[in-house]
Amino acid sequence: MKLRLQISFLIALSLLAALLAPFGISSKFQLDVLTLIFFTAYLGQSWNILGGYAGQFSFGGVMFFGTGAYTSSILLNTFGLPPIFGIFAAIFMGALLGLLVGYLSFRSGLRGSYFALITLAFAELLRVLANSVEFTGGGVGLFLTYAPGFYNLQFNSPTGFYYFSLILLVISLVIAMWLERSRFGAQLVAIRENEDAAEALGVDTLKCKIYAIMIMGGMGGAAGTFYAQKYLYIDPPISYSIALSVEMLLVTIVGGMGTVFGPLIGSFVLHAVNEIARHFISTPGLSLIVYGFILIVIISYLPNGLVGLFRKTRKSTEDKDA
Amino acid sequence: MFSVTLSLLPAGIINGLMFGAIYALAALGLTLIYGVLHIINFAHGAMLMLALYSAYFLFKILNIDPYVAILIVTPASYIFGYTIYRWGIGKLSGGRDQNILLITLGLSIILENSALFFFTGDQQTITLPYSYESFDLGFLYLSYPKLISFIASLIICVLLWMLMTLTDLGKAIRAVAKERDGARLVGIDVEHVFAVTFGIGVACLGAAGCMLLPIFYVDPYTGNIFVIIAFTIVVLGGMGSIVGALLGGFIIGVTESVGGLLLGESLGQIGISLIFILILIFKPTGIFGSKV
Amino acid sequence: MLEVKSLTKRFGGLIAVSEVDLDVAKGEIVSLIGPNGAGKTTLFAIIAGFLKPNEGEVILNNTSITNLKPHKICKQGMVRTFQITQPFATLNTLENIMIGAYANTSNKSLAKSNAERVAEIVGMTSLLYQTADGLTVAARKRLELARALATDPQLLLLDEVMAGLNPTEIDEIVDVIKGIRDTGVTIFLIEHVMKAVVNLSDRTYVLNDGKLIAHGTPNSIASDPAVIEAYLGHGAAETMARGHKT
Ligand SMILES: Nc1ncnc2c1ncn2[C@@H]1O[C@H](COP(=O)(O)OP(=O)(O)O)[C@@H](O)[C@H]1O
Ligand SMILES: [Mg+2]
Repeated sequence: MKLRLQISFLIALSLLAALLAPFGISSKFQLDVLTLIFFTAYLGQSWNILGGYAGQFSFGGVMFFGTGAYTSSILLNTFGLPPIFGIFAAIFMGALLGLLVGYLSFRSGLRGSYFALITLAFAELLRVLANSVEFTGGGVGLFLTYAPGFYNLQFNSPTGFYYFSLILLVISLVIAMWLERSRFGAQLVAIRENEDAAEALGVDTLKCKIYAIMIMGGMGGAAGTFYAQKYLYIDPPISYSIALSVEMLLVTIVGGMGTVFGPLIGSFVLHAVNEIARHFISTPGLSLIVYGFILIVIISYLPNGLVGLFRKTRKSTEDKDA
Repeated sequence: MFSVTLSLLPAGIINGLMFGAIYALAALGLTLIYGVLHIINFAHGAMLMLALYSAYFLFKILNIDPYVAILIVTPASYIFGYTIYRWGIGKLSGGRDQNILLITLGLSIILENSALFFFTGDQQTITLPYSYESFDLGFLYLSYPKLISFIASLIICVLLWMLMTLTDLGKAIRAVAKERDGARLVGIDVEHVFAVTFGIGVACLGAAGCMLLPIFYVDPYTGNIFVIIAFTIVVLGGMGSIVGALLGGFIIGVTESVGGLLLGESLGQIGISLIFILILIFKPTGIFGSKV
Repeated sequence: MLEVKSLTKRFGGLIAVSEVDLDVAKGEIVSLIGPNGAGKTTLFAIIAGFLKPNEGEVILNNTSITNLKPHKICKQGMVRTFQITQPFATLNTLENIMIGAYANTSNKSLAKSNAERVAEIVGMTSLLYQTADGLTVAARKRLELARALATDPQLLLLDEVMAGLNPTEIDEIVDVIKGIRDTGVTIFLIEHVMKAVVNLSDRTYVLNDGKLIAHGTPNSIASDPAVIEAYLGHGAAETMARGHKT
């Protein structure tokens, strides 16, 4: 009990620090890095819901991001719909795509590597489609006009986007915390641990997995709008980039799958690695090489990620308490 | 307009078959590894990319013709594959299949970005003395490199098939594929056979890389293109089926080439992911489902 | 309560279950015995919705459940355990049982108190916070039972929950099962331990090579020549009969 209090206190303190950060950090660059860390953590959390909690690894998580980015951007460019509403359309489309992909693949019993690969194929399919049809701007991509304002979810300073990303992050953490204490979350974990047993005990495994991928999809959709409004340009390789799919799973696995703070911790660590690597050698690729090694080491020796390191010690102290 | 496209169709098909043979060779490596070890090697594309670079540098620096380089790159790839399995992937492979997928994903990230780091992201191509000479088929001039690659790929596929069916090694591999515990009991060194299989699978890529280079290009991301192609062929042919991989290779080669012709370069690529998705959803055992 | 009508299941050429008819009435403990590979687990898997039969029908409380998925069948009040235990390995005992309890409530504290109550019934209270992958075989078997029980079933399908247990543990679990029956749960169980079968069951079915070869009270079954033959091989019954005479 004491421990829980300490943790809540720590969380409140971190949140306060995060809220005040822009007043303390004068460097726009540093604020931007923080924004990116939060954003990646948010995307990681979306992957975590399906991958970490429900145990269904996807290699094409970017597809929801890209679809969301296109949804709000097209609505804005073609129909003038402000992104403050467009983001909800993006969430809807992401969730809808999740429903489609989830229904098709889980329905036919795909799991493990097969599920991972089929999501990759879906992302590729969408990339090719976005590249070929007209309303996405094809290979040229879509340009968004710079018009800062709350309705456009655009801000003339990094502080605005910082808070935007912080809100996304907090929402994602709240979703994960809800999973930790709800029946739905427990059922996802049961599916991860043993799908047959879960099904035998009355868990509608198909429905749960589809809900999970829909939540992932909705979250990814919102991330797409965020990205489009921040960078004002999207095209098929950005929107459906394999690299982003990989980053989502990477931060989560490094931080700790199936944990509330895993993706955030992973995101911090990997961005730190990135900054350090860039500091020494500016040739592209170096930090990714390091990421690859980190991934292999974590998978082989730390299946519960960095959070798993703390958790072991925490568990043993808790046992003593009891 | 349409009839013009139609008249190009035979050429498109032939072209697709040429590439299809090389795809088949690459996919053969993947399917062999899957059939025996039951693991999915996500680094397959990245390893092909490595083979392409090896052939490229052998040509650029030592002026070795890629078709001759097969004799160097293939055994080197075998050693690379054997080593990386025996002392890498194999050691870590206790867990779930997803873990292997992730470990090989990590490997592919490392390989891809090492290539980016050392060789830059530029696309590299080579020109051989006979690159522009061609063979007149009547309706199509078939460049010598394409023709040589096609024939050589087929020969290697046949050699592999003979290795698997006629030799003692092939028998041991198939025994391990069927009954790994049984094989262990009769004294087969299963870990060695696994590593050998992995080595052979990567050796296929070595050969495929040499044959692909003269008619394609290489950059650090080439692997990404091929990993999906190879997986598609393998699920199409049935995971673990050699004959299936061959047929699948031709089908994918032709689909890609004809798809590009009919739907345009950009939309044409859709065929591959679409086939992959449809097969997995509707017939996950593949169309020609026999095993190694 | 449960009716199985001419159920057949083929795996390729092998007929694992062949035209099986049986029924279980409310409040009974019915057992299913038979040599290894007889098709008992397969039969349970079909009844619980994990496998689709090639022919035949499964009827629970007068409605056909033949093509329902397992979770639906669970909601209708029938739940199975697995012969090869299938724990949620990284979860502790309490969390494992709670998954079962969640079948009836989405409220976490209610699920928790139900799970604790069930843990007490099966005698796992001291193991509540132990992760499942660290449990002994006996404890895992209990956990299977506990999770299933937590779904609050009318009919419990138990697949060899006593295999691998020592005599004391068997006696304990026999008492637990009796206790469960006394709370009004009907039980259909697969068992090898004859002592437990005789002790527990009202009726027994015998399966051999996928076919039902005998049916009756446990004591009548034990002296049925066809059953002895199935267990001990061809001619065994005759030999035994002769042996008795001399
Ligand atoms: N999924 C399956 N595929 C093929 N054969 C199976 C499968 N499951 C069980 N069998 C076979 O069906 C027969 C019955 O098995 P099982 O029901 O487990 O027997 P029991 O539980 O009575 O020991 C066995 O011969 C077994 O090998
Ligand atoms: Mg059995």
